[in-house]
Amino acid sequence: MGRFSGFWVTLEQMFRPRVTTEYPEHKRPKPERFHGRHVLNRYEDGMEKCIGCELCAGVCPARCIYVRGADNPPDAPVSPGERYGFVYEINYLRCIHCDLCVEACPTEAITETKLFEFSFVNRDDAIYTKRELLVDDDGRSRRLPWELWAGDEDDQTSAWMRATSSAGNAVYEGRIAWSAELGFGVRPPEHGQAAAPEQESDLTAPRPEEPVGTRDEEAHS
Amino acid sequence: MPLLASDPLLRGDIDLTVVLIVIGKTIAVFALLMLAVLFYVWFMRKVIADMQNRIGPNTAGPWGMLQTLADGIKLFFKEQSTPTNADRRVFMVAPYLAILPAFLAFSIVPIGGTVTIAGHRTFVQLADLPIGVLWLLAMSGLGLYGVMLAGWSSGSKYPLLGSVRASAQLLSYEGAFSLAIVGVLIQTRNLSTRAIVNRQAWVGSWPIAHPTEWPIANWLIGPAIVAFVIFLIAAIAETNHPPFDLVEAEQELVGGFHTEYTGIRFAIFFLAEFMNVITMSAIAVTLFLGGPAGPSLGFLAANGWVNAWVMPIFWFMLKLLVLLFCTVWVRASLPRLRYDQLMDVGWKFLIEIAFLWVMVSALLVVARDQRWDLWLVVPSAGLGAMAVYGVLWLSMPKRDELVSHDLEIK
Repeated sequence: MGRFSGFWVTLEQMFRPRVTTEYPEHKRPKPERFHGRHVLNRYEDGMEKCIGCELCAGVCPARCIYVRGADNPPDAPVSPGERYGFVYEINYLRCIHCDLCVEACPTEAITETKLFEFSFVNRDDAIYTKRELLVDDDGRSRRLPWELWAGDEDDQTSAWMRATSSAGNAVYEGRIAWSAELGFGVRPPEHGQAAAPEQESDLTAPRPEEPVGTRDEEAHS
Repeated sequence: MPLLASDPLLRGDIDLTVVLIVIGKTIAVFALLMLAVLFYVWFMRKVIADMQNRIGPNTAGPWGMLQTLADGIKLFFKEQSTPTNADRRVFMVAPYLAILPAFLAFSIVPIGGTVTIAGHRTFVQLADLPIGVLWLLAMSGLGLYGVMLAGWSSGSKYPLLGSVRASAQLLSYEGAFSLAIVGVLIQTRNLSTRAIVNRQAWVGSWPIAHPTEWPIANWLIGPAIVAFVIFLIAAIAETNHPPFDLVEAEQELVGGFHTEYTGIRFAIFFLAEFMNVITMSAIAVTLFLGGPAGPSLGFLAANGWVNAWVMPIFWFMLKLLVLLFCTVWVRASLPRLRYDQLMDVGWKFLIEIAFLWVMVSALLVVARDQRWDLWLVVPSAGLGAMAVYGVLWLSMPKRDELVSHDLEIK
């Protein structure tokens, strides 16, 4: 009954589980290298990491980043370095989320979160300034009125890429080479990066050994 | 036989109450059909979603049941555009020409049994015309005008192509469709849908003592099984339902005849299309599956409101639902036919089979009346039919012959 076997195929599907994720209520875990919108990070003491070097703006292939550095005021420094990011703007109508800015950044000031649900309705909203990009006093991303994400989704960062930029290698090699962040401390290596050897257990939160490149249900706890 | 109907409501004097009952029935049937369309579209989307491991509409109302209503409201408030080249008057009338026959065709469907409203006995059915099933054929033919004129008046090429396809397709399948109905009428010898339903009334009781007491022994799906299959295929083709929806083949014709339509006029075309599907399924229930026939609740009074009103309607709806599920199932399973395949199925296969079936069943009916020896009649009728079809099949050009001839490939 080759001609009619199609009927059985469709009928059989009715008793199989659904593949749909009901999106706004439930979200799938994102891939570890997912590139969402940027944040400007701060050190644990609240100082900004950005030193206004404009490397990110220089490397940006879409020319969507505009940075102007300024000398730190001696009595109230904004960043630990000599200079700080006085103006920092990203135009999300141009950004292609290539993450080259993150790789270029010498101080891990700019990283990408996995937040991607921002649908602005005018061009001014598309330009995120330092006020929108800089993490707040608890180290969390600032949620803008047109952004749709749940409370803890900003925990996920593209730390994979931060590790890449600091160690020069995507594989985590046992010694954390990235700096601490306001609100989160030193972030553990992400899933998919090779885990720390057992003897170097003084490192923050070593992860059990897992094969590189597989995807887990939860990116990290 | 009275010209209007055999409904006992219209037998005596026609006073105000009778008129009010008829008006009430009209409104009720119209509302029922609209609700049925709302339900069917939702049901279709849900079942197809199930068959594709999806969830389907789930936001508007409980389980998304109000999704169709939401779509309708949206379409109602959308802008209606008319193409510059359109024949404006025909363009505006065409959707209503499509939906009116769709509604009128449903009026002959017996939905329930015989009930008493305000002292008048009447059928749960809008009209019981003596011409009955012919009315259905007339209306499905008229429904084509909506499609045809919509395509013509759009002043655009794709709609015109779609409507030409529609008329050719309807014409091709009208033959098989009518012959399938004739296969039933030979058994019932009556065109009235109420008479056909009464012929299939629920008989027998538990325990069953004799094979003829099987409750569904009277259903015409038994003596007209081939006609049933042909009816279903032809009805799907008549309603332009997949896999016969070449009229609106998106890949080839954008939207077919309704390409240029927007807003509520567009919605009306879809309403008409789904109304036709429901009507055809209801007619199939009437002709082959006994209509409202089904077991009544024995522990309640035989003429109480449950057994008089609810149970026949329940059985009718249940059978309708099964057939509607089958249409959705077909829709989800089969890919669209190619145009020459469509024509092949209609002309070279369905019409011949339907015609031979009519002849064979006519012979059997006569043989039963004349008390001929069935052991002799049935095999000879079957052999004769096979011989005729064999001759027809041999005389038909085969596709590979056509191709080699046309392209001169030896």
